[in-house]
Amino acid sequence: MSEVVISARSVSKRFGSGTHAVHALDDVSVDIFQNEFFTMLGPSGCGKTTLLRLIGGFEQTTTGEIALEGQVLNDLPPFKRPINTVFQSYALFPHLTVRQNITFGLEMQNISRQNAAKRADEMLELVRLSQFGDRQPSQLSGGQQQRVALARALAPAPKVLLLDEPLSALDLKLRKEMQIELKRLQTETGITFVFVTHDQEEALTMSDRIAVMQSGKILQIGTPRDIYETPTHRFVADFIGDSNFLHGDIKQNGGHAVLALPGGQHVSLADVDTGARLSKTATIAIRPERLMVHPVGVAETTYTTLRGKIADVVYFGTDTTYHIAIDDQTALLARVQNRDGSTIPFAQGNDVNITLPSGAIRVLVD
Amino acid sequence: MEIFTRHKRFWLIAPAVVYIGFFMGLPLVQMAYVSILERGVNGGVEWGNFSFESYISFIFERDLMDNLMVNTDYLQIFLRSFELSAITTVLALILGFPTAFYIAMQPQGRRNMFIFLVTIPFWTNILVRNYAWMLLLRNGGLIDNLLAYFGIDTGGLDILYTPYAVSIGLTYTYLPFMVLPIYASLEKLDHRLIEAAFDLGANKRKAMTRIILPLAAPGIVAGAILVFIPSLGAFVTPELLGGGKFMMIANLIGSQFGAARNWPFGSALGFVLLAMVLLAMMVYSLKFKKTAKDAS
Repeated sequence: MSEVVISARSVSKRFGSGTHAVHALDDVSVDIFQNEFFTMLGPSGCGKTTLLRLIGGFEQTTTGEIALEGQVLNDLPPFKRPINTVFQSYALFPHLTVRQNITFGLEMQNISRQNAAKRADEMLELVRLSQFGDRQPSQLSGGQQQRVALARALAPAPKVLLLDEPLSALDLKLRKEMQIELKRLQTETGITFVFVTHDQEEALTMSDRIAVMQSGKILQIGTPRDIYETPTHRFVADFIGDSNFLHGDIKQNGGHAVLALPGGQHVSLADVDTGARLSKTATIAIRPERLMVHPVGVAETTYTTLRGKIADVVYFGTDTTYHIAIDDQTALLARVQNRDGSTIPFAQGNDVNITLPSGAIRVLVD
Repeated sequence: MEIFTRHKRFWLIAPAVVYIGFFMGLPLVQMAYVSILERGVNGGVEWGNFSFESYISFIFERDLMDNLMVNTDYLQIFLRSFELSAITTVLALILGFPTAFYIAMQPQGRRNMFIFLVTIPFWTNILVRNYAWMLLLRNGGLIDNLLAYFGIDTGGLDILYTPYAVSIGLTYTYLPFMVLPIYASLEKLDHRLIEAAFDLGANKRKAMTRIILPLAAPGIVAGAILVFIPSLGAFVTPELLGGGKFMMIANLIGSQFGAARNWPFGSALGFVLLAMVLLAMMVYSLKFKKTAKDAS
């Protein structure tokens, strides 16, 4: 693994005091590596922006410390940190031209006018706005302003670039373009990007690693694949993509664990990596696309097979989603690709078998 | 959707146009007319006898032989008025900008309270407030006594009836006109712009000079104009705090219509003042436009 750039150690942040105190961050520790696209993902109020602002120096930690390349930053004001930010609202200086916005950070570092101008040209080139240098920010579209904000923050060659939900104000098509653009910029500049978003798709497509946050804590850190395929918490499995959750008692059957569902059916956990998380009860998660739906009596496998009845069929074009009731209280979501396109194999009211491959079952932290 | 057609929209502003036109436009024309008439022997004017004597006597006086000689008395009063107004504007800016900045940084509810406080002086008549200043500033007055109490013997402040007293009084009177427009422009200022400046390596001083001041410039200019122009035409404050010794233009003009009974000269002085203010504003706005352009 490459070098640690940002290291947060037991960071807590409390706003207000006494009984009205809000714990925005609660004992968070994380290492962010050199040249990494690191994303903090979570719903609003989870503390992701607070952590970003602590790294940027706009807020002070209540306890704990944040270090940059091993040097503790706690008391350093934002203007002394080699870290720049792309703000959610871009925060471009309205009285300066695009070029002056970009050279602002360079002038603050007392870089000569000549070198600053050269650097600004490079940056304009990098974000493909070469012919817009003399415009005012208000004369640019949202996507262009976004790119100016990026160029401005990248111009002083920071060690770390912080991005606070920078794409949230853009429309869907532009957002997709900017996702690719951001990833390209990160690869080309080799600067560590710390990205904050509540959009799981953004996080999955761009990130090298994702930290999923909830209520001021980091629940899980991992690659997009880790986070999606092996979520450790119900919140993670639920927040990123769709998941089926099954909760039941743990019983032993012939030497291995079995999850007994309230409706009387059982899920075998024999070949499942339970991560030593089994106690008396357990919750498992399984993605809708990993479920296999068969007509009754067909394809009995060694995998757990549950019996159910199709409650609802929703056609999505590329795939079809079945809501399948497996008992009075529980319905599973199964997503089946429409490969042949001619018929929908099951209809509402059909009895079906649902196969749960052991490799797709995740036992969650309760 | 248009609520009013262009034609009907005119009626929205018509009452104000009629009012201003009748009660200000017409008297202005009348004043212009009076300023080029001959002065009546016992005051008033000789209607129909045209003369530019009033404008001439602004700069020249006639000796017994009817020769024109330069007389700078009136010019000096004008200059002193401009000087006092400029000092007042600078003082109001020095006091007003930090005040407006402080208010703009308060939470929303508290801001409204402070703005309310700023406007409270308007509730009291300007005459009363100026008399109050006389009590504060005079020898043996409140400030004098207070200083004496703390062991500072001034031997009399000797500040009342001086240009200093006038400037203090004018600054006090017009301070709200400086605070309010600056506050209005600072309140609109996006706090994240200041954060962005810090983020890009600007310390507090740089953030102030490069970001906050340029963005507050429209408010500062508006405030400066709102303080400078009324100061130039101030009548009550120089009369009371300046001792009424032709401290400023307005008092000079007032005296021409009163004691001196020289209406044409009073009118002429009024027009000279108007011309100077307009000229100053034009120069100022041109210069401001230029610096705004240079900055971008």
